[in-house]
Amino acid sequence: MYKKRITPALIKLVLGIIAAVLAVLFIITTVASVKAGYSALKPALWGGMLLIAAIVLLAVGSSQLVRARQFNRMVEESGVTVKEEKRATIGDFFKKIFDGIKRFFLSIGNEFKDIITTFINGDWKTKLSYLVMGFGCLARGQILRGILFLLFEIVFIGYMIFQGGYWLSMLPSLGKVGQHKEWVNVGGISVEKMLPGDNSFKILLYGVLTMFFIIAFIYTWRQNVKQNRIAEEIIRSGKKLKSGKSDLRSLVDDQFHKTLLALPLTGILIFTVMPIVFMVLVAFTGYDGAHNGIANLFHWEGLKHFQELLSWSNGSNTYSATFGEILTWTLIWAVFATFSNYFLGMLVAMAINKKGIKLKKVWRTILVMTIAIPQFISLLYVSKMFAKNGLINLFLIDHGIIKLGQELPFWEDPTWARITVILINIWIGIPYLMLIATGILMNIPADLYESAKIDGANSWQQYKKITLPYMLFITGPYLLTSFIGNMNNFNVIYLLTGGGPTNPAASTAAGNAGYTDLLITWLYKITMGEEAKYYMASVIGIMVFVVVGIIALVVYNLLPSVKNEEDFQ
Amino acid sequence: MSNSNNMPKRHMGLRTANTVSNVLIYILLVVICIVWLIPFIFILLQSFRVESTCQVGYVIPHTWGLKNYVNLLYSESSGLFGTAFSKWYLNTFIIALCTAVIQTVIVLCMSYALSRFRFKMRKALMQFMLILGFFPGMLTMIILYRVLKDLGLTQANAVPGLILVYVASSGMGYYVSKGFFDTIPKSLDEAARIDGATRAQVLWRIILPLAKPIVIYTVLTAFMAPWGDYVFASYISMGSTAGKNVAVGLYEWLSQDQIMNNYTMFCAGGVLVAIPVTVLFMCLQKYYVEGVTGGAVKG
Repeated sequence: MYKKRITPALIKLVLGIIAAVLAVLFIITTVASVKAGYSALKPALWGGMLLIAAIVLLAVGSSQLVRARQFNRMVEESGVTVKEEKRATIGDFFKKIFDGIKRFFLSIGNEFKDIITTFINGDWKTKLSYLVMGFGCLARGQILRGILFLLFEIVFIGYMIFQGGYWLSMLPSLGKVGQHKEWVNVGGISVEKMLPGDNSFKILLYGVLTMFFIIAFIYTWRQNVKQNRIAEEIIRSGKKLKSGKSDLRSLVDDQFHKTLLALPLTGILIFTVMPIVFMVLVAFTGYDGAHNGIANLFHWEGLKHFQELLSWSNGSNTYSATFGEILTWTLIWAVFATFSNYFLGMLVAMAINKKGIKLKKVWRTILVMTIAIPQFISLLYVSKMFAKNGLINLFLIDHGIIKLGQELPFWEDPTWARITVILINIWIGIPYLMLIATGILMNIPADLYESAKIDGANSWQQYKKITLPYMLFITGPYLLTSFIGNMNNFNVIYLLTGGGPTNPAASTAAGNAGYTDLLITWLYKITMGEEAKYYMASVIGIMVFVVVGIIALVVYNLLPSVKNEEDFQ
Repeated sequence: MSNSNNMPKRHMGLRTANTVSNVLIYILLVVICIVWLIPFIFILLQSFRVESTCQVGYVIPHTWGLKNYVNLLYSESSGLFGTAFSKWYLNTFIIALCTAVIQTVIVLCMSYALSRFRFKMRKALMQFMLILGFFPGMLTMIILYRVLKDLGLTQANAVPGLILVYVASSGMGYYVSKGFFDTIPKSLDEAARIDGATRAQVLWRIILPLAKPIVIYTVLTAFMAPWGDYVFASYISMGSTAGKNVAVGLYEWLSQDQIMNNYTMFCAGGVLVAIPVTVLFMCLQKYYVEGVTGGAVKG
């Protein structure tokens, strides 16, 4: 509940800082590119995007400001504490981050304090547990816990001696000797033999693994210390300690969530978290098809590849120029794909829902059926239908509407291709949106419309004042996820156009980028291409993360407060 | 959503206006249905065309026949069901079946735990997974491919490798079913706990029977996803014919050098893939609709 008054000054301050930063960025980028003698196009593009961002922020911020003022006036006039649903502001957002950082450091400090006081106040069993994990548990009769702690320590130490130490020591260099030829003595005869050297890939992989293992060990050690403190407290208060049996029982009862989460979280850790950490690190190395870590080692290269992607001063057919183009198209595509589907889907749903329309079920079923058919079939088929020698062009030629050689360039012309892709995406997406919209439309209280009609509102006014706000309110989070989904919509783009038509300037220099390529399909092409510049793919992946993250953070913080999940229970 | 035919009659034109708008809507709906169904009808028609195998400018075959279907499933050298397509089909079916079972278990565990338990790191965990989702999943493919290759789970052995990849991170898709569990009253759990049931028994005996719709929804979506996956399947089966799934196999039939010979076969293959999935989907449609609408409202 919100009792404090909103301070307009804070919002103003934050907005001012953001605007200033954006303006400075714009000036720096322009000056830098003019100095480098590069055409004005690229900085204009970037600057334009920054400016748009600034305008959006200012618009949103000023509306917040007006709200804040109204709210404060209301509070002053009424003289009572008004409870209003909390609405996050940008100021709150920064405050949250700041608080989070503060809390993080405070909690680390507390941990250390706790570890030290436990040691000072503890008995000899506790003190010995700092070295031999689980000793306290074993000595106090909690055999199961003690054995688990001890076992973990033994495994960890063993691993570090025989494996982890090596991987960690190699991590800074990622390997010294590559595959090499050497003269070996085989049965008295000297033979030249290919000997395997270090393996950069494995070093990086197991290096990351070892780091995870060390973190896990530190956490377990901390738990071990905590267990001792708790056990001492329980004994001091005269109660009995939990037995191994009750520990096991609690895994299907009070601690059942640990059992439930063990498998899913392990999967996520091994197959998502670790690969992502690994790939983020790859962005700072030179890992590519030629330097795969076996035949040729790869090494740390710092921020080199980020510079390659983000500086536009080195010509027009490089990764950096292509990145700007593809990012712009990705955002344009995401906006069109999301909102065209959203509004048209809503329209179709409203048409089917209208009173007096018969066969509602039939219309819906026909549309739903198209969801069922695997997307790759429909996408590939439609893609070939619009091709130069596809059904539509051949049909038009057969009937003399166009001549041979004048085929409609659905996939050959950049603008045609982009429009066709958006239109076909509407075809793909409407049934799905229709389903969602139908469910929500039916939930809008009918009396809202009744009273609107009594007041003489026509259909359009009803839509504008009731249907649309209601839909937007409920589907806000969905719109965000679908926007992000569209930014990463690999299937539609890749199966329809394969990213083409190819951009001749960028085709050879920057991973065969085409005019309809999204960041995600570009990334795929780079990894599948002949050079297989994995580090570049990785940098682009990080960029996708940054862009998506910024959009999501801003939108989440501006959405009406996310519904309290406890409300439903 | 304008239900204007309930309005008090204010003037005479209202009824006619309503009729006109209804007629317009009918026309719109018929057009929509035609546009939406046309490509599928075309695929079906062209799969029966036997006079040529390339793309042509007409839809209705001049000569009808089952040659395309026969070619998909039978060849003289390898016999019935010995063709590449049969292999891909079987691969995809096995993947879909295994994924459906394992993924459902994982998603249900995850969503039930996050819905019912209030443990220390719960909020942080959910936020962490949200942020994790901002990374393009495709990026992980590069390393997963090399690791799976070391384990011998790529190329011809791509099937178990693909199942592993699909299933392992499926816990991140807990949103819809968590939203469903949230709507089951907590008082049910508490009543059973007072009667002495453990948390595990509560889940097994009380919640799961109530959660039938969401279980079916999860199974259905998990079963359907592998039929359409191109990215991971193409990467992990790279360069091998035996390890492909239908999406990758059929995609190659439409490549520049194969489309002249394989276009009608592609149509027939598409029909064979679409039929079981579509039939299953239409049977369980109700649950799918429930899941989608519920999930979207919860966000």
